[in-house]
Order: sequence, then C-alpha cells, then structure tokens
Amino acid sequence: MAKVLVVTSGKGGVGKTTSTAALGAALALSGQTVCVVDFDVGLRNLDLVMGAERRVVFDLINVVQGDAKLSQALIRDKRCEHLSLLAASQTRDKDALSTEGVARVIEELRERFDWIICDSPAGIERGATLAMRHADMAVVVTNPEVSSVRDSDRIIGLLDSKTIRAERGERMDKFLLLTRYDPSRAEKGEMLKVDDVLEILSIPLLGIVPESQAVLSASNLGSPVTIANPDSAPARAYLDAALRLMGIDVPITVPTDKRSLFGALFGRRVA
Amino acid sequence: MATVTKTRNSIRFRGRSFLALVLAPELPLQDWFVEFDDLLRRSPSFFIGRAVVLDVTSLNLDKAALADLIAKLFDRKVRVMGVEGAKASSLGLGMPPAMSGGRVVDVPDPVDEEASTSEEDEKPKSAPPPQLVPATSPSLVVDHAVRSGQSIVFPEGDVTVIGSVASGAEIVAGGSVHVYGPLRGRVLAGTTGNPSARIFCHKLEAELLSIDGLYQTADEMQPGLLGRPVQVWLKDDTLMFAALD
Repeated sequence: MAKVLVVTSGKGGVGKTTSTAALGAALALSGQTVCVVDFDVGLRNLDLVMGAERRVVFDLINVVQGDAKLSQALIRDKRCEHLSLLAASQTRDKDALSTEGVARVIEELRERFDWIICDSPAGIERGATLAMRHADMAVVVTNPEVSSVRDSDRIIGLLDSKTIRAERGERMDKFLLLTRYDPSRAEKGEMLKVDDVLEILSIPLLGIVPESQAVLSASNLGSPVTIANPDSAPARAYLDAALRLMGIDVPITVPTDKRSLFGALFGRRVA
Repeated sequence: MATVTKTRNSIRFRGRSFLALVLAPELPLQDWFVEFDDLLRRSPSFFIGRAVVLDVTSLNLDKAALADLIAKLFDRKVRVMGVEGAKASSLGLGMPPAMSGGRVVDVPDPVDEEASTSEEDEKPKSAPPPQLVPATSPSLVVDHAVRSGQSIVFPEGDVTVIGSVASGAEIVAGGSVHVYGPLRGRVLAGTTGNPSARIFCHKLEAELLSIDGLYQTADEMQPGLLGRPVQVWLKDDTLMFAALD
C-alpha cells in the first residue's frame, strides 16, 4: 500500500527540501521504492539537493498538463536505484498546477512506488495546499524558534482541514521533525527546548536533527546527507526518522558528532 | 483568589448588532403598495427615523426594478439601509449595500419604544417577531486544539475548548469562554454586549483577552498569573483576573 507523505512547514528555510531528500534516500536505502516530488514550482531546489539538476527533461507541470508521460519525467537516482525524483518546473508558476492533474499524477505514482514524498513550498498558498492535499501523513519540519513553531501550528491546522483525508473525516498522521537543533544553545535558553515545541504543537516527534555542517556540505555536493555522509549526526537522525516512518520503534535521541573537547569549544565560539 | 488586578488605559472596541425592521414586499408589487400605503395612512410616522432592510429574496428583481422599488419606498419616506437577497448584479453604486446573515433576534423589550409612539398594533408583519428567550443558552464544544490562524466564532453563546488555543488563534464568543488547556491566542468573550461573560483557562499565556469590548494584552497582564489557571471577569468596566489554583 503506497503512502503519500508531505514534508511541510509553513515557514521557509527550515529544512523541508533537505529533509525530503534525506528521508527519501533513507527509505530507499532500506529497500523501499521512493519517489520524491518537488511541488515548489518556480523555485525548484530538490533537483539540486539530489544532484539531478543536469538530468531534468520533463517536470511535474509537464506531467500534470499531459505534455509528458510520468515515466518520461521520473529521474532515477544514480546512487540508489529505488529512489526517483519528479522535479518541479523553474519557469512556470504554481497556477499551472491543476487540482485534477495533481490528483491524477499522485494516483499514478501510488501504483509505482511504496512512498511518495511531496516537498511542499513554503507558505500556505496554492502550492502548499496542493502538496498536502493528497497526503496520507505529514512531516512538519520545525526549527526550535517561535516563528517557525507558530507557522507549523498554522500548517497543522490546514492539514486537519484542507486535505482529502481531513475532508473525509479520516485520520491524518502528523509528525514533528525538529531540525537545526543545538542542545547547548537550547540549554542556555537561546533556543526553544524540545519539550517546549512538543507542548505547543502536541503532535508526535519523528526525530531531532542537530545543526551540523554536514547538511550544508551534502547540499552543495548534490547528495542527500543520508547518502553523502551516513555516519554524520544529522544523517543518523534522518535514518532513525525513516525507520519510525516505517513503523519501527526506535528510541529518540539527539545524535551528536564526536568531537574533541577543544573542537567542541572552538566550534561553539565560531557559531 | 488572592491575585486580583485592575486594568489601566482601556480602550473600547466592539462589534455591535443593531435592530432593523425587515421589509419583505410581496408580488404583485402594485397590490403590496396599496396595502403599504394603507398602513402609512394609519400611522404616517411609522418609518421615519427607522432603519429598514429590504428583503427581496422572493421577488427576483433586476437592477431597474429594484431601483424603482427603492425609489417608490423613498417617496414614502422609507430609508432603505440595506438589501437582503438581491443578486450582486442588481446592486451597485448608489444602491444600498447587500446584507446577509441576519438572524431573527430576541427583542429584549420593545414595549417602551413602541408605547411612546403608540403604534404597537400597527407593526408590520414583516418585522421580526419578538421571540422568547430560550431557557438554556446554546454552547459550542470544540474537542480539539485550536491551531494558529484558526478562528472560532460563536456569537450565540459559550465556547468550551478541550485542548490548547495556539498563539495566533482566536475564539470569539457571545458568552463565556472555557479553555481546558494552555491559552496562548486571543479570546474575546461577551462580544454581543454581555458584560457578565467570563473567561476561564487552564494555563494563561494569552496574547489578548477581552470581555464585552474591554481588552487587555499580554503585556498588561500581571506576570504572576502567567502559566496558571485563571478566570477573568468584568467589574465596573474593569477586567479582573484571579488565579484558580
């Protein structure tokens, strides 16, 4: 039974695209077939993070409008055979996505893959609502700061009202993925603590991804962090999160990079 | 109830609903005007100074016919302040605004006003009939968290939320508001002019609280009450706060 997962947040820059790529790759590495779909029409990024920007011929808009077949637009990942990408168009805008067209593409994807992961654009407009519309479950990406938490709360409200599942009165599973978390700063009160965020949003926690240089390096390499540097702290957090998505019970920890005491002190100064 | 505090610098803002006579002409209009003129002959000053809303739902008039109807009423000194049930295309510049969502309201006690003009028995049938105040006032129970950006509006009575009210969420109630969870958003109670409405919450972290138009923002609330179960009520136009623990 295929599952449609939307990665969303409301706020921009919190790590939706990074998380989509990392979770997609982590699920694919475990043997599941996965398609990551970029819904950020006009500001596409997922192809860059996946390292597929030179291989995009057809995109989501082409398939939605019937100009290309789905099989022509799917880009298979070179590193992981179970992972495919459906890129967004950079030249069009979100109005080119028709509700019926998106529904048809999602149905086709359901027949081919175990997981369809939709990378939502920021905001609460058409692109974001279409990305979440067909989802069976949602990963709400949140940074430990107040504006991100409030926007996530808004998005959870939309997930509970604007999705097909919600309209049918069915359950919509929502998980919190806390990204760019820095335990030492949270301890000093410079960031919200995990419990504060959970108390406000009151949805189950999928994982805590620590702030790490490995994420930026992986993005610039064009590789999901779970493939580029699977031993890094964020990659371990994403790999555990992927296991939880598959229903495997893994205790939640905040993975840390092993550093010398000097390195830890030095790193903190620089940050 | 040790911690009671007073409001400073209150500014009043409120939504207010007014009573208007609703006039619903019937077809054929010619016959209706005969009846209407007859009514006016018996009490010529009945419509003077009164707010009148024209209900044309059953008439299906085009723009010209509607304008003609309003003009004929104007000639009879009836000032139409709004039109209900007209097609959007029939209204426009120079026409009264469209009105909708009107409710038949409980008229508390119109006798005084009516008696002074001694026209009580000539009240037209189209005016909203005074209803008896129901023995129990309606209430709304929300059994989930109210998320940022959501707005629960219930002018009819009390609202009870089982769950949290997030920062950026809003509860607007004609009666009291009960929140069994952290209250981080805004609550406006007694908005229909009910100073006896109260606000109760499990954990006070609200952005704004208001009863009957008198409000207080988070900045003005006593810090000692934050995070505690609290009730809020109105006493002599002052918001009173008391911890419940």
